[in-house]
Amino acid sequence: MSNLNSKIPEGPLAEKWSRHKSAIKVVSPANKRKLEVIVVGTGLGGASAAASLAELGYNVKAFCYQDSPRRAHSIAAQGGINAAKNYQNDNDSVFRLFYDTIKGGDYRAREANVYRLAEVSPNIIDQCVAQGVPFGREYGGTLANRSFGGVLVSRTFYARGQTGQQLLIGAYQAMNRQIAKGAVEIYSRHEMLDVVIIDGKARGIIARDLITGEIKRFGAHAVVVATGGYGNVFFLSTNAMGSNGSAAWQCYKKGAFMANPCYVQIHPTCIPVHGDQQSKLTLMSESLRNDGRVWVPKKKEDAEKLQRGEIKANDIPDEDRDFYLERRYPSYGNLVPRDVASRAAKERCDAGYGVNSEGKAVFLDFKYSIERLGKDVIEARYGNLFQMYEKITDVDPYKEPMMIYPAIHYSMGGTWVDYNLMTTVKGLYSIGEANFSDHGANRLGASALMQGLADGYFILPYTIGDYLADEIMTPKTDTSAPEFKEAEKSVKERIEKLYNIKGSKTVDYFHKKLGQIMWDHVGMSRNAEGLKEAIKMIRKLREDFWKDVKVPGEMDNLNPELEKAGRVADFFDIGELMAMDALDRNESCGGHFREESATDEGEAKRNDEKFTYVSCWEYQGEGKEPKLNKEELVFENVKLTQRSYK
Amino acid sequence: MADKILKKLNIKVWRQNRASEKGKFETYTIENISTGSSFLEMLDILNNDLIEKGIDPIAFDHDCREGICGTCSLYINGRPHGPDTEITTCQLHMRKFKEGETIVIEPWRAKAFPVVKDLVVNRTAFDKILQAGGFISVNTGGVPDGNAIPVGYDDAEEAMDAAACIGCGACVAACKNSSAMLFVAAKVSHLAKLPQGKVEAKRRARNMIAKMDELGFGGCTNTGACEVECPKSISISNISRLNREYLVARFSE
Repeated sequence: MSNLNSKIPEGPLAEKWSRHKSAIKVVSPANKRKLEVIVVGTGLGGASAAASLAELGYNVKAFCYQDSPRRAHSIAAQGGINAAKNYQNDNDSVFRLFYDTIKGGDYRAREANVYRLAEVSPNIIDQCVAQGVPFGREYGGTLANRSFGGVLVSRTFYARGQTGQQLLIGAYQAMNRQIAKGAVEIYSRHEMLDVVIIDGKARGIIARDLITGEIKRFGAHAVVVATGGYGNVFFLSTNAMGSNGSAAWQCYKKGAFMANPCYVQIHPTCIPVHGDQQSKLTLMSESLRNDGRVWVPKKKEDAEKLQRGEIKANDIPDEDRDFYLERRYPSYGNLVPRDVASRAAKERCDAGYGVNSEGKAVFLDFKYSIERLGKDVIEARYGNLFQMYEKITDVDPYKEPMMIYPAIHYSMGGTWVDYNLMTTVKGLYSIGEANFSDHGANRLGASALMQGLADGYFILPYTIGDYLADEIMTPKTDTSAPEFKEAEKSVKERIEKLYNIKGSKTVDYFHKKLGQIMWDHVGMSRNAEGLKEAIKMIRKLREDFWKDVKVPGEMDNLNPELEKAGRVADFFDIGELMAMDALDRNESCGGHFREESATDEGEAKRNDEKFTYVSCWEYQGEGKEPKLNKEELVFENVKLTQRSYK
Repeated sequence: MADKILKKLNIKVWRQNRASEKGKFETYTIENISTGSSFLEMLDILNNDLIEKGIDPIAFDHDCREGICGTCSLYINGRPHGPDTEITTCQLHMRKFKEGETIVIEPWRAKAFPVVKDLVVNRTAFDKILQAGGFISVNTGGVPDGNAIPVGYDDAEEAMDAAACIGCGACVAACKNSSAMLFVAAKVSHLAKLPQGKVEAKRRARNMIAKMDELGFGGCTNTGACEVECPKSISISNISRLNREYLVARFSE
């Protein structure tokens, strides 16, 4: 446990962050000019951090695999961003946002981190407004809010259905301004392949120039990893095709602990898989559950007819429809949290009531709202989403119900960090979705954007100073040091190894197989036997991969297959660790459902006595079992209760 | 609406191994594609076929596959983002194509967007234009309360209409002059419609236009092709606003 000092400040919850800020060190402007920071990833966390650090005077190098930093996957977030502004006078407060987030995370997040997140949330909105983010407005010119799942107040700020895009463009523009000034050097189409540690401190990275294939060394006084989540381990997810866990995984192999890897969020409203040619899943905003009713047929024969395409949804009369969320959870109905809604859909489909040809979809029906409110109102609320649905499925959701099914969406687990957002490796930081810190076992809607920007604009720029203040005498990192040579050599060897297998099967073949194992055994519903089986299957598949994968193209040229091969190679390891973590956690909490830990009615059952801890996995070397360290979670300000939505 | 199978399609595609090498068209045949598959899924399948046959797969840009990141490009049958409107290539589905059809796929063609490989082009020029002035000069911290800057509902909506640009480059690809005017106009309009952006409006318009010219984009002759092909329906009226902003900036020099 010696490495696991979470550095949570003393004092009352509401004073921790301000006390901490007063206590930590600050670097003078003259010294900031001498210091270099590498930021990997340019989503909300990375772009906001790069911009803010450069404004402070640090020399920043920013990296992204995309052709432009503006394309990081934060851009795809739809609904909004939470902030405890209390603009609606509905008695919102920092404490209420903190409480909702802790409870929503099923009491598996750190109190101090979550409180700080809520505390800085109002500053984020101010900052984004000043940058020109076109938030929705009231006629009087003030900022508009909407409501989101799991809360009783209206605190979500939005820019139509493109909030992530607009916030990211705000951060990207702030970073662009620093690029123009020469304070940020941007390396797009560069992928980090290793982190370099010298004397126990992160001193740089090895990256591949994706266009020329050149392996390059970059030195710095500190390294910030803001590379998002690992949801693509499932092959089909709502993540972008390039989203990957490799940067975080290299950090893990160099000593950064991986925390709660089994916590992934499965979003209930995605467009279902349409066959075996699908490459990714498209999310339909959670907001749709405000006006759509979820149902499957009551009679199995109706479901079977739907599956065979003999009847359509509208042929089934109301009395033969099973509105199962309203039936099971009368008080929350269609607005139960994401994890609950996802499991309920799976339960019905597994029982044979699925409504598409694969039997893996449920209906989300707007007929009733259209009857009650009129088509115009529904169109004004969800027009762009309905249009997107029709483009993809060729079905008009004004006339026929949408079909939806759960899909992997977000990773709550990630690199372990202390209160300063530093990993267990000195000088190596992890922010945004890449770290584990704020969402516990389940993230609430509109909180991912809040966390990415909180970390990048308002937390890291302070806490990194505390570390860098002791580095002002450290000269620029010499990238000819033996540690850099060694890291570069091992990166090159791995690429050559992958390239030279020259097997018979494509990277996609293996990725799809891995995804299927993960979905079947480490997905929405998990049990000990299945998890043990999954670990075996993953190990076998990984062996096959390293013997039989075929990587075409050239190493010194743009080569998307080579990029994918490296990422999939890491996904095997990540998937294996997820299964091990899920096996250890024999309780159900948030997005993690263990069949062994359920109530008589089949609802998730937490076990606070045994599992109120963060699982922190420590790498022990290739082929060795990782070591499990535990950070006990202490709750001084909230009382742990079993969630109920009945 | 039920998905059908397209038994056979011919894919005529631009192959160019590197920026420094010459390119040419190659035609491949692909079988059994579901009309419910997306265009890019069809390319995934074709690529897996090619790999199995020992042919280098076709490089193309793509990422979010839900129409928002702006990574995907492709000039399909003579149209940026293919035969549909208000759509990116990743949202285009195979039901828009016919059995036995020959589909022609090219990269964006513009001097400022050089080909990297096959269908992948370098769009860094767009980043450079934005670096020249597409921002509001505020540092993190020290800003007023969000509600201290009132913005009228209509202004916010118009700013959002322009801000919806995804930076894909379809406007440049559609334009016979390879002009980036719609792209620049979208950013200038987004910021000019908001009180926060007015402070630097003149400098912004001037610097962005100068950078656009410097990077080799052509001039605008108002054909409107950009507006037609823009996946986010950015209006050409933004170009009028840009021209107005630019003239004001020049006359106040």
